[in-house]
Amino acid sequence: MRVLVKGAGVAGLTVAHELARRGAEILVAERGPGIGAGASWMAGGMLAPFCERESGEEAVIELGEHAAAWWEDALPGLVHFAGTLVLAPPRDASELRRFASRTRGYDFVSAEEIAALEPDLAGRFRSGLFFGREAHLDPRQALLGLHAKLVSKGVNFAFGCADAAALGRFDRVVDCTGMAALAHDAGLRGVRGEMLYLETGEVRLTRPVRLLHPRFPIYVVPRGNGRFMIGATMIENASDGPVTARSVMELLNAAYALHPAFGEARLVEASSGVRPAYADNLPRVTPKGGVVAVNGLYRHGFLMAPAMAGQAAEILVGNSWKGESFDEAHRQRKRA
Amino acid sequence: MENIPAASSLELYGQTLSSRLLLGTALYPSPAIMAEAVRASATEIVTVSLRRESAGGKAGGEFWSLIRSLGMRVLPNTAGCHTVKEAVTTAQMAREVFATDWIKLEVIGHHDTLQPDVFALVEAAEILTREGFEVFPYTTGDLVVAERLLEAGCEVLMPWCAPIGSARGPVDIDALRALRANFPDVPLIVDAGIGRPSHAAAVMELGYDAVLLNTAVAKAGDPVVMASAFAKAVEAGRQGWLAGLLEPRDMAVPSTPLIGKAVFS
Repeated sequence: MRVLVKGAGVAGLTVAHELARRGAEILVAERGPGIGAGASWMAGGMLAPFCERESGEEAVIELGEHAAAWWEDALPGLVHFAGTLVLAPPRDASELRRFASRTRGYDFVSAEEIAALEPDLAGRFRSGLFFGREAHLDPRQALLGLHAKLVSKGVNFAFGCADAAALGRFDRVVDCTGMAALAHDAGLRGVRGEMLYLETGEVRLTRPVRLLHPRFPIYVVPRGNGRFMIGATMIENASDGPVTARSVMELLNAAYALHPAFGEARLVEASSGVRPAYADNLPRVTPKGGVVAVNGLYRHGFLMAPAMAGQAAEILVGNSWKGESFDEAHRQRKRA
Repeated sequence: MENIPAASSLELYGQTLSSRLLLGTALYPSPAIMAEAVRASATEIVTVSLRRESAGGKAGGEFWSLIRSLGMRVLPNTAGCHTVKEAVTTAQMAREVFATDWIKLEVIGHHDTLQPDVFALVEAAEILTREGFEVFPYTTGDLVVAERLLEAGCEVLMPWCAPIGSARGPVDIDALRALRANFPDVPLIVDAGIGRPSHAAAVMELGYDAVLLNTAVAKAGDPVVMASAFAKAVEAGRQGWLAGLLEPRDMAVPSTPLIGKAVFS
């Protein structure tokens, strides 16, 4: 079976991986010049279904709790199984209780326990939440690693490809084009995100740290070698223009509140991306007219793509090619 | 609810409304939940912020279409503006995007408490009124500022009852009473600081005309159920005010007559 996968972001690559595993012959067509042209490149890479449940639906846990195992299986050594630490400045301590009340999978941790988990944060926070079952990965490493692995398995890639129709005939087509699908997917919208990369040898963290604040909640994800990703804003528009001054101020302020040494860090990157999202902020696998679309991963690309890729591959390769869409299945489950 | 007296309808800049709850559209877990909460609240007016969503030059087109598709009257706001110029520009943009002269005017004067800059507020209100806007000013409980806003052409006042998003409820009842007493014929809407349905009922019992909420619903465990709870609280408070509330007494007053009963003392 020949399958065309449009888009080489996290959705396209995970779908290609699932299809390759099932023995399909695959061509991945990407509009950009290489890996990293879309929103996936800007992701936080937190495999944190329990933290995300705070502002998301139960489906975030259902679809995300096996993501870490999927990534580790696909690319051994990629995933850091170190949990997530959630903190709040003393003034906003009530935010911790509010956060905790809306999810599960955590333990309250004391100042001593925080110091044991992250020695560099010793003495800075009196209480926090530790989500021990969560994990994180470096999204750029993951995308490049998956690309290399797929190439080695015989998957073909066409980069800089503006017209996928010219690539020949295929038995199946998967549309994983994210925001590029905006024009022909009426339910899709863009949610702009902005993030920074800081570099400093003065702070060491071993796991993502989320700093709660009623107005500017942020996260800091260690990338190794003194690099930290600070993210991310959530703005209801589809612009991928330069990061605004105000967003930089907010992100830096929060990083500085986490640890003043970030004030001396080098700001090595400031980028923006646009997350494709549906109205319920949940992803969908939609079979329609011979094409299966995987879209709407919102802020959960690396967390939810494995589950969505599995569903898409089942529809494409399995007997359920004309079956119901995930969307309907999910709605029915919710009603039951 | 069929039993509401006719006097219960609300008039804002010539528009007659039956709901006395105005709902903000920010901070919800998803637009789908926001839309459901708006329906559950039975509100007829939703507020929407333009400042941030327009950053980067490209408008939040899909989100705004979604807001328009709710079919409610839209009250755009100038949230996040710190100067007269920013607020006026944002209002002009809002007029274009939502085709309405209504604007909730917010000029922030203090970064931490989000307290309005009342001087800039009055100045912006004058400019916008001249340009034909119908201004809903977000203000404090200050009587003199209220007077100036009315002079500037505002026909509605929206005092806070506590800082934005603080969920503290009415912290200065006397200020709210004084505003109501001084401006008996001006529609007064409590904007900001409401945390619980009981807060909304409390300010409606003071005779306020309506309540504007966002965080208390959007950040609730279940925003849809909370929206419905607020709708009931606002209605209960309004009916309580209309029905005439008892004044507190120092002494107990028995509700059952004592005559004819044996009294041992």
